[in-house]
Amino acid sequence: MSWGADDLVVRYRRTVALDHVGVDLPAGQVTAVVGGDGAGKSTLLRCLAGAQAPLTGTVRRPGKEGVGYLPAGTGVYPDLTVTENLEFRATGYRMSREAARERAARYLDSAGLTAAADRLAGQLSGGMRCKLGVIAAMLPRPELLVLDEPTTGVDPVSRSGLWWLIARAAAEGCAVVLTTTYLDEAERCGSVLVLDEGKVLATGTSDEIIAAMPGALRSVPARPGDPRAWRRGGQWRVWDPDGTAGDIQADLQDAVTVAAIAREVRS
Amino acid sequence: MSPLAQLTGATKRFGEFTAVKDVDLTVEPGEIVGLLGANGAGKTTVIRMLLGLIGTTEGTVELFGQPPSRQTRRRLGYVPQSLGLYDDLTALENLEFSAAAFGRKPAAKKTALPDQLKPYGKDLIGALPLGTQRRVAFAQALAHEPDLLILDEPTSGVDPLGRARLWETIDGASQAGAGVLVTTHYMEEATECSRLVIMAGGAVVAAGTAQEIIGASQAVVVLAQSWADAFGRLEQAGLSVALAGRGVRVPGASPEQVQAALGDLAAVVQKVPATLEERFFELVQGS
Repeated sequence: MSWGADDLVVRYRRTVALDHVGVDLPAGQVTAVVGGDGAGKSTLLRCLAGAQAPLTGTVRRPGKEGVGYLPAGTGVYPDLTVTENLEFRATGYRMSREAARERAARYLDSAGLTAAADRLAGQLSGGMRCKLGVIAAMLPRPELLVLDEPTTGVDPVSRSGLWWLIARAAAEGCAVVLTTTYLDEAERCGSVLVLDEGKVLATGTSDEIIAAMPGALRSVPARPGDPRAWRRGGQWRVWDPDGTAGDIQADLQDAVTVAAIAREVRS
Repeated sequence: MSPLAQLTGATKRFGEFTAVKDVDLTVEPGEIVGLLGANGAGKTTVIRMLLGLIGTTEGTVELFGQPPSRQTRRRLGYVPQSLGLYDDLTALENLEFSAAAFGRKPAAKKTALPDQLKPYGKDLIGALPLGTQRRVAFAQALAHEPDLLILDEPTSGVDPLGRARLWETIDGASQAGAGVLVTTHYMEEATECSRLVIMAGGAVVAAGTAQEIIGASQAVVVLAQSWADAFGRLEQAGLSVALAGRGVRVPGASPEQVQAALGDLAAVVQKVPATLEERFFELVQGS
């Protein structure tokens, strides 16, 4: 059995945050959860991490010590040093001191944080803090790693370090799930879940999601104000919901944009 | 006619530390120039020099053919990363305040905000979602019809459709003749710019269109039964390797190097053009 969730429903007062959402998280694979503001991404991750109980539905996850969770923000203690943050995490997970030290040293080194080991986490740059958060979450070798927007606002160099850490965890057999607003990052993942207003819009590999996009994309002259048209790469394109052949080969970013447009046009 | 913005041999030192080294940069009317770089590359210092907040140690900065001043600031629209809006004023009040600061009569309430933002006019900024706040900040920066727009990470944290809509606004301003200087961390977005300038360690390391910058740079894609096995072997061989769907990518390596590192592991190895992001790392690491 793989980790994941089935048929989750979460409500905040009158808002349905998750409306019968399911996801499978195979070991050794990175799954990206994407969607706009309020799509339910963070709620889903909180449920998967065990930080929130769904109204109905089941979460399949290992025991508490088998889950590494990085909440949105950074999940590190600003008043502790880098080393103290990791030691604290290791103690909480009852790791042997030697194993924790050895792993921490290896990850800090690959992430370029060794020189910062004695600095307070609160004094690190945003990108370094994010890397520390991910290292802390993966330190106890969790079976399930849950990362909420680990790369938002992070500069490209730190982001590449973060992606190395994430791939490292998956290569060690961990099931990784993360949220991102960058679709080129989602494309790097083995599987993608597109959420919209608490519902699953599409799921599968990036290629499967693109293939499932309804209609077709055509390039057009500038069309500001048309809700079905948008500008990308200096050119305008329009979504024709009933079209079968277009002159633009859609990618994941197009497919997710189309999903958002379809909802806007409906409402 | 002189460019809207021009840095010539601009250097800025803070004590012993050189934040910006001999930078040449121009922005002409109607063009969108993307300024790319890691944290600490010097982008923010360049922007602060253009805004007239700090001077140069060596070299010159000119806006509209003259040194930055309060006069040049009038012709400039700026959206900082933090947006620069007052959380406890409404969207309309923010625009009125900014209009007053620029010495302009506030626009009639009916026309102050673009149509899509009208429903939010009386909402406090702090209560609006980030994507909407960004659009208000844009409206505020554009209200005095600036000749030059400076945007610092304008779309950070915004979803794809919201991002496309913000770029339409940026493009609209450039079509109307304004020049735009924009910083971004997001390489996909760089394709929206007419020209790119890449900075590392305070200096310009590449400039041109995305295609020109990528040039002949290549990467290798590896598809194996188990990506993790391929990842492990490539990593052990000291190659820089990145996840790519259910395969991996190895930037800056030759197929032969990759094949050798994979050894007897069965895999499809294919040479492909590098992405802008991969080229960016080559440039940044080389500097």
